[in-house]
Amino acid sequence: MAVFKYLFDSVYGFFDAFGQAGIFLFQTLFRLPVRFSEALRLYIRQVYSVGVLSLVIIVVSGAFIGMVLALQGYTILTRYGSEAAVGQLLALTLLRELGPVVTGLLFAGRAGSALTAEIGLMKATEQLSSYEMMGIDPLRRVIAPRLLAGITCMPILALIFSAVGIWAGMMVSVQWLGVYEGSFWSSMQQSVYFDTDVMNGVIKSFVFAIAVVWIAVYQGYVCQPTSEGIGRATTRTVVMGSLAILGLDFLLTAAMFGDF
Amino acid sequence: MEVYIDVKNLSFYRGKRAIYDDITLQIPKGKITAVMGPSGVGKTTLLRLIGGQVVQDSGSLTVDGVDIAAASRKELFEARRKMGMLFQSGALFSDMSVFENVALPLQEYTSFDKEMIRDIVLMKLQSVGLRGAADLMPSELSGGMARRAALARAIALDPDLVMYDEPFAGQDPISKGVLVELIQRLNSAANMTSVLVSHDVEESLSIADHVCLLSGGSVILSGTPDEVRSSTDERVVQFLNGLADGPVAFHYPAKDYREQLLERN
Repeated sequence: MAVFKYLFDSVYGFFDAFGQAGIFLFQTLFRLPVRFSEALRLYIRQVYSVGVLSLVIIVVSGAFIGMVLALQGYTILTRYGSEAAVGQLLALTLLRELGPVVTGLLFAGRAGSALTAEIGLMKATEQLSSYEMMGIDPLRRVIAPRLLAGITCMPILALIFSAVGIWAGMMVSVQWLGVYEGSFWSSMQQSVYFDTDVMNGVIKSFVFAIAVVWIAVYQGYVCQPTSEGIGRATTRTVVMGSLAILGLDFLLTAAMFGDF
Repeated sequence: MEVYIDVKNLSFYRGKRAIYDDITLQIPKGKITAVMGPSGVGKTTLLRLIGGQVVQDSGSLTVDGVDIAAASRKELFEARRKMGMLFQSGALFSDMSVFENVALPLQEYTSFDKEMIRDIVLMKLQSVGLRGAADLMPSELSGGMARRAALARAIALDPDLVMYDEPFAGQDPISKGVLVELIQRLNSAANMTSVLVSHDVEESLSIADHVCLLSGGSVILSGTPDEVRSSTDERVVQFLNGLADGPVAFHYPAKDYREQLLERN
């Protein structure tokens, strides 16, 4: 009996939290700014801290993943004498899968955790209450710019990740391993389609962005305003955000590329 | 006496614990009212109730005639515009400079141009002695300075009501003296209503026109500072003199001390 009660409580708790988070998202997105110039300034500031400051980790990881992919791809493809296909392999893996997914995971760790911690700390130091007492809605002023900045930055970061990965993979395979440059690019050009490969990757990263940033700002907003509570919320952001990305990736891949 | 905040038969529960059990109190307009009582008696909660951040379980609370619990979101934000609150930690917005912090309510609620806002902000900062610190970030301020900057922000819109949450806690004697003088000056100059939540007996009694003493979820005394000083109520005497023994227990409920020490695991 206790098992059923536990199960019921967990399922109920999950849907309860999901509903609360849904209301929170709805309220944030549909509360329009009062002064657009101010809203734009707040948004740009967040684009800087969420997007621009994540660039280093995205570029460095993209480069290494591209190089590793090229090495691995080359060693296998060269057995069949088709090392020229390394360009196609790189572009498709990065654009369809690794770009959106790895960017999402890195983004959850780098920007998501920072968002949760920042908002949690604002709550702990009564800054959110202070906005409320001033008659300024913290959802509009604090949450909305962060949410929108995250959602718009991540697809761009994913594209940068893929581009850097392809470039680094090209350096390894063409400059180092001696793959013929012309066939490297032409194999890529033949097999990569803008609407199915590039756009599907962008759609994926857009969906991941909504999931990760939504989780991050919500966890920060509802966390216990203590040092322990903020720590737990930050962990939850990274864990839930990463799991959400992997789960959603399966669903989206099945919907986009599944042949049934 | 004109009543600004009227609390009637208000009860508020946190979980199952009653923070307030059927309290009734009035806060007069244009006066400084000190709400005092031991820690954990729910003094800050009273300020949150007045600001509509939490809602009572029963009873009524009106601020300047507006029923806060029944107010719509718009009415509530309207009412909050006439309130300033000084939080215990200051609660300055950490991503803005002192100047921007004070300017924010003005930018949000007035149509003044930049020049005008700048002048008002500098005047407010001058009144708390921080005009020179306008460009500093909150992290660069000491605790006392942060609270004074927060006070400048709270009074930026010249509110009708200013609430102070433990303004003296953790302040050095000089800052305390400055704050006492500031609160007094603001109140008399701008004809504000001030509500001061504190357990600093001397400072509070020295500036308050009206005192409410809370204990155990109810109001045990409401009157002038002189009435409080001359009260013979055991609970009041214990609080004013800081005595460990009295009706308010110093020890958290526990089992017998001797028994617990002699217990074997």
